[in-house]
Amino acid sequence: MPDLLIELFSEEIPARMQGMAREALKKLVTDGLVEAGLTYASAGAFSTPRRLVLAVEGLTAESRPVREERKGPNTSAPPAAIEGFLRSTGLVLEQLERRADKKGEVFFAVIEKPGRKAPEIVAEVLDAAIRAFPWPKSMRWGNGTLRWVRPLQSILCLLTTEAGHEVVPLTVEGIHSGDTTEGHRFMGIGRFTVTGLDDYAAKLRRAKVMLDPAEREAAIWSGAQNLAFAAGMEVVPDPALLTEIAGLVEWPVPLMGRIAEGFLHLPPEVLQTSMKEHQKFFSVRNPKTARIEGFVTVANIETPDAGETILKGNQKVLAARLSDARFFWENDLRVAKAGMAEWLDGLASVTFHNRLGSQVERIERISARASEISGMLGTNATLAEAAAILAKVDLQSAMVGEFPELQGTMGAYYLQAAGFDRSVAYAARDHWSPKGPDDAVPSDEISVVVALAEKIDLLAGFWRIDEKPTGSKDPFALRRAALGIIRIILENGLRIPLLLMVTNAIESFFIAENRKHLPKLDARISDMKETLELYRRLLRADLGGVTVMAPGEMETRIQRARAIAGMLSLEQLMEANTKKTDLLAFFHDRLKVFLKDQGIRHDVIDACLSMPGNDDLTLLVKRATALAETLKTEDGANLIQGFKRANNILTQAEAKDGVEYSFGPDPKFAEGPEEAALFKALDAAEAKIGPAMAAEDFPAAMAAMAALRAPIDAFFEAVQINTDNPVIRRNRLNLLHRIRAVCSGVADLTRLEG
Amino acid sequence: MAAGTDTPKSFQEIILRLQAYWAAQGCAVLQPYDMEVGAGTFHPATTLRSLGTKPWAAAYVQPSRRPTDGRYGENPNRLQHYYQYQVIIKPSPPNLQDLYLGSLAAIGIDLGLHDIRFVEDDWESPTLGAWGLGWEVWCDGMEVSQFTYFQQVGGHDCRPVSGELTYGLERLAMYVMGIDHVMDMPFNAPDAAIPLTYGDIFRQTEEEYSRHNFDGADTQMLFDHFANAEQECDRLLAFAPDDPKSGKRIIMAHPAYDQCIKASHLFNLLDARGVISVTERQAYIGRVRALAKKCADAFRLTEAGRDAEADSARLGA
Repeated sequence: MPDLLIELFSEEIPARMQGMAREALKKLVTDGLVEAGLTYASAGAFSTPRRLVLAVEGLTAESRPVREERKGPNTSAPPAAIEGFLRSTGLVLEQLERRADKKGEVFFAVIEKPGRKAPEIVAEVLDAAIRAFPWPKSMRWGNGTLRWVRPLQSILCLLTTEAGHEVVPLTVEGIHSGDTTEGHRFMGIGRFTVTGLDDYAAKLRRAKVMLDPAEREAAIWSGAQNLAFAAGMEVVPDPALLTEIAGLVEWPVPLMGRIAEGFLHLPPEVLQTSMKEHQKFFSVRNPKTARIEGFVTVANIETPDAGETILKGNQKVLAARLSDARFFWENDLRVAKAGMAEWLDGLASVTFHNRLGSQVERIERISARASEISGMLGTNATLAEAAAILAKVDLQSAMVGEFPELQGTMGAYYLQAAGFDRSVAYAARDHWSPKGPDDAVPSDEISVVVALAEKIDLLAGFWRIDEKPTGSKDPFALRRAALGIIRIILENGLRIPLLLMVTNAIESFFIAENRKHLPKLDARISDMKETLELYRRLLRADLGGVTVMAPGEMETRIQRARAIAGMLSLEQLMEANTKKTDLLAFFHDRLKVFLKDQGIRHDVIDACLSMPGNDDLTLLVKRATALAETLKTEDGANLIQGFKRANNILTQAEAKDGVEYSFGPDPKFAEGPEEAALFKALDAAEAKIGPAMAAEDFPAAMAAMAALRAPIDAFFEAVQINTDNPVIRRNRLNLLHRIRAVCSGVADLTRLEG
Repeated sequence: MAAGTDTPKSFQEIILRLQAYWAAQGCAVLQPYDMEVGAGTFHPATTLRSLGTKPWAAAYVQPSRRPTDGRYGENPNRLQHYYQYQVIIKPSPPNLQDLYLGSLAAIGIDLGLHDIRFVEDDWESPTLGAWGLGWEVWCDGMEVSQFTYFQQVGGHDCRPVSGELTYGLERLAMYVMGIDHVMDMPFNAPDAAIPLTYGDIFRQTEEEYSRHNFDGADTQMLFDHFANAEQECDRLLAFAPDDPKSGKRIIMAHPAYDQCIKASHLFNLLDARGVISVTERQAYIGRVRALAKKCADAFRLTEAGRDAEADSARLGA
């Protein structure tokens, strides 16, 4: 069985695209081969900055002949139908067979495709793959019309068997396939011939190219660690950077250097980001001082001076970059210590979204939400409001302008430098979190409040303007925001009425639209600045750290808010109502996805969602977890069966009799020990369930219910409900009602499947 | 950078070596365009000549002005007036990367001693309505050139595609000669009878223009001139192609494009004076782009900018 080797050699492929390119090449080619009737044992793709490589092992030498029969129209069908059939099969009338069918005589097309040799198929498949390659961005060059990521220079395409290798002939845009390639741009040995994958990889290595990106990553990482270790330091891990660098070099040569003394006082995040973004350096930390004191750069060449010239050059560039960073840092600190007024001014001219206003307007809303949420959670509203106003000022700092990924991080530094409470500073850093499903959620209570406020405003805003996520489109990352709120609530065990939070946020947009006659934005900003100044004075430690709002201030604000809220028209209220119900449903959907990932079935969640207080997510999840755990036990699973049996009989009887059997059953009508035992068991269960429910101890409540399983099973085994004695029948139906009532505290069990 | 025996001794030597190298590769060595431009790309030898099907190969130094980058001659590498070296070849030859590396060797960069890298960098000029894909070229972590395959200019697809190389001359020269402050760089030979540094020639002008750009320039006049240039560009393009005096078909694409260049520089000056708000900025850029597009449209109708294939197809029909 032949092995196939393909190399598409080009000018430098962007590092960030190499991963997807490997996958795409593998998929396009192997899918094409299989579709054309070939099979293969295994396939692997590789890349370097200059080549994209696919090796397919154990390919069949030719495809099997295929015989396909297709039923056509009736022979008496109109000519147009018959012509259409001929067109679709590529046959002429004489080639069609006529066969008897239930409805008369029918045309049959028998299409025979002979087996084809692998080279023919490979050439066809590779040509199509190159032309349809899904580069995120591609280009033309020279006189050509072909699009590739950068100019494609040569194609190597070989089939290798024990007998030798043959070139698969193919020509794309004037490039003829062959069996030659070249190695490293500067350390190579010119063009050379290869005979198969092993020969190819070995010769490339001699020509100073490591073919496998995983091997390059390993070499870079161990090389960097060794250099750092020898100097008593450690490399700061950065897997994304490692992958990127492996895509920038064919022959990695790590080199370590030191950061000049004059830059060591910069925050570690600044050093790290500047070195990573501009220079693709790893940061090297001194474990004794915990500071970033060095870097590892990865060259693509071995030099006679062991990289000395390269390192010196890199060091020089780094010094220039860090001088800029230091300039930003010092300038920003000056603005921060002066009260940050110019940053607040700047935010007014930054549009958040053309239908949702400027950043300042968004901050105003977040601040209002933070105040409300503080009320719900019992945290310090003054601190939370201040934190919300300040959480995004660093967007205007020079450092964040240069390195957007430092937003929040810089805020925390600058706010601390400006003398603000630590919790305010941390909120600037952490209110963006969680930034993804694996990112930690904030836990400091002020950060929690601002993070919730920031996200609920984002969601409510886009709900207001009907820009909800659809299918795979979620440009504003609203699903992430909703999941963020869910995780913040659950992981901190918060008891917060989500519906109220949603309502406030949605209505605020309608209120704002009614506020056109209120003071102009400028006045509001200056109001905000005054408030800030007030906070600043109030929060200053040397003034005793008083953190209450000035007397009367809160009332004035509440009154103003009420006055404004009162202006919502009936239509607006109804629209807001629709939107908030929809947004809450969105949260519930996200919650289902989240809990499903944790192994909780969707019907378990539905059963709990049917209970009152379903916007208290912590409570909801407590119910769901208890129910899910109980369902895992034998008693629990059987209890559900018993419960459903009781419920079904009762529901049918109620429907038939047209009455509700909710009158307390009387033990004196109990016949036989099983029925009497059930009465006792229900008494015992109720005695436990009541207090457990009051304490929200759902596992205990569920355990008490599960204990009913044996008496219920025994009861159904021994007793017939629909007896001839109407008194006893009624009593038993009332008893079933008691089972239903007792078992309905935690979740609506009727919603469970199976 | 370690000074080897082959290391150039002065700024002008680097320019001369680049000129000699690209001349040897068959480029027409042109002179700078005689107008204020922000980058070598603005020279009509690049913008206009990258359009149409006629083969083209040119190399030139272009003095470039970025008014906002003025630092009164104090910053070691930032200048409001600096030099770019520009190479433009249409269609882009298959060995353009090798030709480029040859030019680095020609100015004394030992390719066996340095780490040369082609790092993804897509180029876009919103004022010219142009974009292309390519790289920034790194030498030991320092960006020394921009390497671009033009895909579109003035809203027109480039067919064939031109390859464009842009060297930031001061930065490159400082690196090659191991100089830390641009003003300390020898401009002519250090052992000449009258040795001159970059600072001897440009320190004073950097001061004067920095003051001019940030505080001196009359903004109302600049606004007026911008409007004039815009109108003049439109007016020149509105002429009927047939010139009654010469009896020839003469489309004034280049004179119109001069007005576009003017508008672009005036915008840069206004920007440096800080009188253009964030929202207005986009509008001004759009206005310059509209001029560039019209000029490109006009140039495509001229002899130099026409499509040879389309012509022959028309003649055939």
